[in-house]
Amino acid sequence: MSAVAEHPTLPPAKPLISCVDLTKTYVMGEQSLNALDKVNLDIAQGEFVAIMGPSGSGKSTLLNLIGALDTPTSGKLLIDGVNIAEMSADELANLRNREIGFVFQQFNLLRRTTALENVKLPLTYSAKQDIDANSASRARLEEIGLGERLGHTPSQLSGGQQQRVAIARALVTDPRIILADEPTGALDTETSYEIMDLFTALNNKGLTIILVTHEQEIAEYAHRKLSFRDGKLVKDTRKTEAHVR
Amino acid sequence: MTLLNCLRTAIIAIRLNAMRSILTTLGIIIGVASVIVMTAIGSGARKEIEDQISALGTNMLTLSPGSSRFRGRRSEAGTAKPLSEADMQAIQTQVPGVTLASGELRTTAPVVYGNQNWTTSVTGVHAEFPEVQDWDVADGRFFTPSEVRSGIKFAVLGNSVVKRLFGAVSAVGEQVRIRGVPFEVIGVMETRGQSGGWRDRDDIAFVPISTARSRLVSESGTTPNPVGSILVKVADSEQLAEAEQQISELLRARRRIGPGREDDFSVRNIAEIVKARRAAQQTLAWLLAATAAISLIVGGIGIMNIMLVSVTERTREIGLRMAVGARRRDILTQFLTESVVLCLIGGAIGLGVGIALTFVVAKLADWSVLISSETIAIAIGASASVGLIFGFLPARKAARLNPIDALRYE
Repeated sequence: MSAVAEHPTLPPAKPLISCVDLTKTYVMGEQSLNALDKVNLDIAQGEFVAIMGPSGSGKSTLLNLIGALDTPTSGKLLIDGVNIAEMSADELANLRNREIGFVFQQFNLLRRTTALENVKLPLTYSAKQDIDANSASRARLEEIGLGERLGHTPSQLSGGQQQRVAIARALVTDPRIILADEPTGALDTETSYEIMDLFTALNNKGLTIILVTHEQEIAEYAHRKLSFRDGKLVKDTRKTEAHVR
Repeated sequence: MTLLNCLRTAIIAIRLNAMRSILTTLGIIIGVASVIVMTAIGSGARKEIEDQISALGTNMLTLSPGSSRFRGRRSEAGTAKPLSEADMQAIQTQVPGVTLASGELRTTAPVVYGNQNWTTSVTGVHAEFPEVQDWDVADGRFFTPSEVRSGIKFAVLGNSVVKRLFGAVSAVGEQVRIRGVPFEVIGVMETRGQSGGWRDRDDIAFVPISTARSRLVSESGTTPNPVGSILVKVADSEQLAEAEQQISELLRARRRIGPGREDDFSVRNIAEIVKARRAAQQTLAWLLAATAAISLIVGGIGIMNIMLVSVTERTREIGLRMAVGARRRDILTQFLTESVVLCLIGGAIGLGVGIALTFVVAKLADWSVLISSETIAIAIGASASVGLIFGFLPARKAARLNPIDALRYE
């Protein structure tokens, strides 16, 4: 991939994700709550970012906005230079399909559906119909070590294996950004480390990884930590080259 | 999302809840089965009427003597004074619009050829009979008017009689014996097939009416030259009602029936007889139509209900699909496809049940039924429409979900 991939900590000239006075306000009856309050933030291609903070700090809201699942109340969110606030619902859906892969705490696999079919799902919504969905999905599952379990349904797989299937699904459309919301929250410690090693390997190949977690140990895998409190970015720390695992 | 993918997803979703899905489609099954039975009876009845009208002639009236009254006691039909050749001539000359007429004097007698013997309806007619009935001779010829007057021993046979007696041999020119009297076969009628009541109309033999009178039918009455019934052909179907009226008046005058007294004869319009028979079938068809409509609506509401349940159960799945790139219309299409497929499965089962029921009805009620490709198209169309109409609301609910809320749904 690009030069960035070999030096993940070097900030490139143009950010992949850029937040400018990003604000999201939820109105509940008479009260309004600023879930995000004028956040300014740049994330470069190839970064590995952990978002931390107590519940209600706005970290999930930020992840939803970057994931184009929601639009901001005010301010700008630029993904690859395009403001998502100005996109239509269909354009947002296409953006999620092409550029973003989601990984969830509860895996969110389709039940009684094989691993292969689960991984294929994003491709059924893809505009590019020329790629062979079956072989692309098979290749992704083999890459993450589940080549022997293509025909297994989620109930026949362990938690770690299910999360690997979910990661393969996130990767199948070749996105540039992986968004993971507490990806190890439902896994035991050892499996958590395996999953985090997988994310590290993907990051080394140049993928931008942004994960939300409240576990310090998990956050240590990232090269950059963003701490949120009451909708505001309170701390932005980068590891120096020496600290990178 | 491609249609194929939509179909696959729909079938997987339906199979996950197979039992629930089948129970849900019960209303559709009953509805479609009713539609099938209804249209089968309806089109069967229509075909029967068309067949009978074409078989009996469109612009035809049948005159026959009614029941006689003796000291207030009514006897059975046909016991009144018979109609005669003179009545027929009077009608032909005095009633405008009447172009042709033929008498018909029926008896049942054995027809013998060689060692073959077949009992059939032997009918004495006039030379005009084929034209009145729109029924041509297939082989040989029919009687001429002078042959009918002379009382010659000629016979024209219906196709079924020919098959019974002659097999593959040509009948024209051969000799048959009817009630012991030798007749020469001069013609064979065209095949008419079965009438609606499964009566074989080709099982008949024609002889000149004068010959029938002198040789086959024992004359007991005082009426000279009697005819059993008279078939009248009217030039134009619009003149039919008027001709009917005038014939009635003429016959009342000739038979000296005073005003205020009932006719002792009947003038029947073939189309009307058939229509009367149809009315009963039509009533049942309407009843079934109502059942079908109600079942389809109730079935549709069942489908809507189960689809709403399905959307709620699968909220997280919908959220996930949106997260990986499904547009609103993809979700809408997915759930619409599912409800249409569900209804089509019900429709297919209903089609089978309907066809089976149709044959049961045909057997029990002795009605002619007709299952056409149209009927099947209606069944499929009706079930697909129910799926589209009642699936729309749940599908729209699914498509309008907010992806974040859907993903968080527990």
